[in-house]
Amino acid sequence: MIEARCLSKRFGNVVAVDGLSFDVLPGTVTGFLGPNGSGKSTTMRMIMGLDSPASGSVTVLGQPYHELPWPMREVGALLEARSIHPGRSARTHLLTLARSNAIARSRVDEVLDLVGLTSVAGKRVGKFSLGMGQRLGIAAAMLGDPGVLLFDEPVNGLDPEGIRWVRTLCKSLAGEGRTVFVSSHLMAEMALTADHLVVIGKGKLIAETSVADFVAGSSRQSVKVRTPAQHELSDAVINAGGTVMPDPDGSMNVTGLSASEVGDLAALIGVAVHELTPVASLEDAFMELTDDAVEFRGGS
Amino acid sequence: MTAVLGAATPFAIELPPGRVGLRRAMAAEWTKLWSVRSTTLTLVATAMAVVGLCALGTGTVSPSDIIDDPTRRSLIGVFLGQLIFGVLGVLVISAEYGTGTIRATLSAVPRRPVVLTAKVLVFGAVAVVVSEALTFSAFALGQAILSAKHAVGTKAAVAQRAQQLGVKIPHNIAALLSNGSASLGQPGVLRAVVGAGLYLAVLGLLALGLGTIIRHTAGAISAFVGVVLVLPLIVEALPTSLSNAMARYLPANIGLVMFSTRGVPDRVASAFSPWTGFALLVGYTVVTLGIGCWVLVRRDA
Repeated sequence: MIEARCLSKRFGNVVAVDGLSFDVLPGTVTGFLGPNGSGKSTTMRMIMGLDSPASGSVTVLGQPYHELPWPMREVGALLEARSIHPGRSARTHLLTLARSNAIARSRVDEVLDLVGLTSVAGKRVGKFSLGMGQRLGIAAAMLGDPGVLLFDEPVNGLDPEGIRWVRTLCKSLAGEGRTVFVSSHLMAEMALTADHLVVIGKGKLIAETSVADFVAGSSRQSVKVRTPAQHELSDAVINAGGTVMPDPDGSMNVTGLSASEVGDLAALIGVAVHELTPVASLEDAFMELTDDAVEFRGGS
Repeated sequence: MTAVLGAATPFAIELPPGRVGLRRAMAAEWTKLWSVRSTTLTLVATAMAVVGLCALGTGTVSPSDIIDDPTRRSLIGVFLGQLIFGVLGVLVISAEYGTGTIRATLSAVPRRPVVLTAKVLVFGAVAVVVSEALTFSAFALGQAILSAKHAVGTKAAVAQRAQQLGVKIPHNIAALLSNGSASLGQPGVLRAVVGAGLYLAVLGLLALGLGTIIRHTAGAISAFVGVVLVLPLIVEALPTSLSNAMARYLPANIGLVMFSTRGVPDRVASAFSPWTGFALLVGYTVVTLGIGCWVLVRRDA
């Protein structure tokens, strides 16, 4: 398991991770969700002891990463696809790692087979596609058959078949009782893969919840409303305790009230309603949750 | 909220006794060193520089040339070889940063001083073996060429002139004069050949230290070239009193003494003796590697 306590990291004046505390438990897939630049990778690197926190601490299996006696047999990580010398073959890359942790040579071929790279094992990694690189990174993580696995954006560059493969892999690893921590900026992907969620934005913890609760909590909240009397209806909604977000397409998004409550309200004040749609989009829920916490966004 | 715990039994792993240590790290470094092309390429290029320049320097001797120190003449390629060998020393660590491999390396062996020590020991051992093989080969080749060409040493040249003038050469001066070609049994020759190899190996480790501090291949190579080639030019440009005082501390000048059978250079006043100079060179390298280790531990990877 992984325990982060008040973890913070600063790069110059930029606070990348800000007082983050969370637990990642064995036997489940924990999704690490946040927009790009929210501090997911930095947190992963601090777990692996590559970056040192400005304050706070993080432990794996009860100790700081650098104190683990056989790191690769205890924790496996896919951090960035390209942490591999392009001049080495896939097999040699894995062999160097295996040697350092006294892992049998036969295990190298085993994991190459597991990720489907056996046929290109002798090829120089520089010639690999992004997806093959990801697969090799996953093979490296699995090399020591560890009980804790960290995957940073594992589906990047994978085709749909590969994405499904990663999803199944994560679930089966967790099913064996392992701790699986998977980051993504895609809510929909996390909803399919994870059981539990750690949601961050701008380096801060936004939510730590089960996926089921997250879905249930968010799907009843948003209602898309189109009405010629926007002003009157939004006043009424706000009076009734809801919140209104105007949408660029001319409609408005109501949260805090159900679709039927908004309909009743419209009838009560006598305004016409052209559209009334409950929105159950996880993406929206996620966007809303992290709206204030997006570091980089395109101009609108 | 109820915690979702999928597995009834937690995942159990069996760990071997002990922990990841220097021996494992060295095994990994050995595999890493020999699994990239740049190692073989730089070693072949170093060999071509050391042995090739020796062939050039001895093969182009004309009958009118008087060979002052045939041993040193066969070792001149080491000065070019050190630049290429330094590139390999730098790459041993900078390539890890350039390709991101350092993250995999430090995930596998998170105790960073262990990683650097493994690199120093593995590369250092290879460096010593390769360098000695190269200097001995260059010496053998160079002397074979010189003796085949019946090269004239200072001893013969001076003896001839003394005979013309009808004077006798004092013993202490005669001892300083060399034959046209040298053999390992002559005074100072073995020390010069072994010393040249050690010089080359230690400069490779100095480059590794610079690579550890600077991390970028191009930057570290520039720094290395700066120390070996540019620093002497700067020192030479200084006022004479200052430049005389500083010259003997320069790696290149220490090298000159080490390659010479007499153990004294002709250019640098008050130079260190070969082994004192070598100890100083080792000192520079240990300090550089020490700073490198400190930086490696302190900075984010």
